[in-house]
Amino acid sequence: MKKRWMLALFLGLSLAGAGTLIADDDDDEHEEQEHEDRSGWAIETRGADIRRLPPADNAAWREECAACHLLYPPGLLPGRSWAKLMTGLDKHFGENASLDPQTRAEITAFLIDNAAERMGGRRGSKIASSIPPGETPIAFSETYYFKRKHHEISAAVFKRPAIGSPGKCNACHADAEKGIFDEERVKIPR
Amino acid sequence: MKNKLMGAAVFAGVLNAGVALAAAGSFMNDYAAEARKAEAGFAPSAERGKAFYHAEKPTPDGKLACSSCHTADPRGAGKTRAGKAIEPLAPAVNPQRFTDLKKTEKWFRRNCNDVLQRECTPAEKADFIAYLSSLK
Repeated sequence: MKKRWMLALFLGLSLAGAGTLIADDDDDEHEEQEHEDRSGWAIETRGADIRRLPPADNAAWREECAACHLLYPPGLLPGRSWAKLMTGLDKHFGENASLDPQTRAEITAFLIDNAAERMGGRRGSKIASSIPPGETPIAFSETYYFKRKHHEISAAVFKRPAIGSPGKCNACHADAEKGIFDEERVKIPR
Repeated sequence: MKNKLMGAAVFAGVLNAGVALAAAGSFMNDYAAEARKAEAGFAPSAERGKAFYHAEKPTPDGKLACSSCHTADPRGAGKTRAGKAIEPLAPAVNPQRFTDLKKTEKWFRRNCNDVLQRECTPAEKADFIAYLSSLK
């Protein structure tokens, strides 16, 4: 009788142990999250949060590239994508957003300087490495990285009037323009 | 005392509006002078400008008018396709309009190409500003 009881206990514990081993760690960011939760102070003194896109600023970029839509952080795309986008401003997602040559050159240089692979940050290099070398997407919402991160969000959600499209980051990520996309801060409007 | 303050405020308001309209007026006159090179005797018309502003034109994707983004009343804020607010076009409401030639030319170049599939002529630009300046 005692042996069976011990066998059952042993089996139960083994199953539980095996369960934790194969538990789904769908987002390695949870590890970082634990560090933050335990001591937000550590983040303050450490400086830039490695999950966020580092701040970058340029006056011409701010004025020209936020006139019609939210200011997309340069770290969202690799340099070659920004270069391609900036040569096609006559047909910029269906509209003419052309610039004089000097302003265009200045903004292009700024974007490439602060692009995903240049920042040295973890999130930026993850974005950059997620795009196959032969591909040059000009919309971040079309990258594998974006689709992976948003795989739980249906197309219908993106079409909600308060959101409109996957390109409207700040509908759910209020601080998108600051490069902050933390999952804990996401608020999806009804 | 109160009357004098009110008088001063009204004076400042009128002066501001006057300055705004003067700036827009000088742009309009420059475009009109340019237009007269192609059509002697051209004079800007607010009525033509109003029709121009509201006319829907065919585009590769459908149709578009100035009013599509700047809305039916240029005294109010407009909205871009991405949902961002556009400051009003009427100089009486937004004195910054038509004071910076580089900015004015940039937006004419972009938006005329979107709506008309070509640049606007100097005559069209003059009429356009005439209409917007006529709004109080």
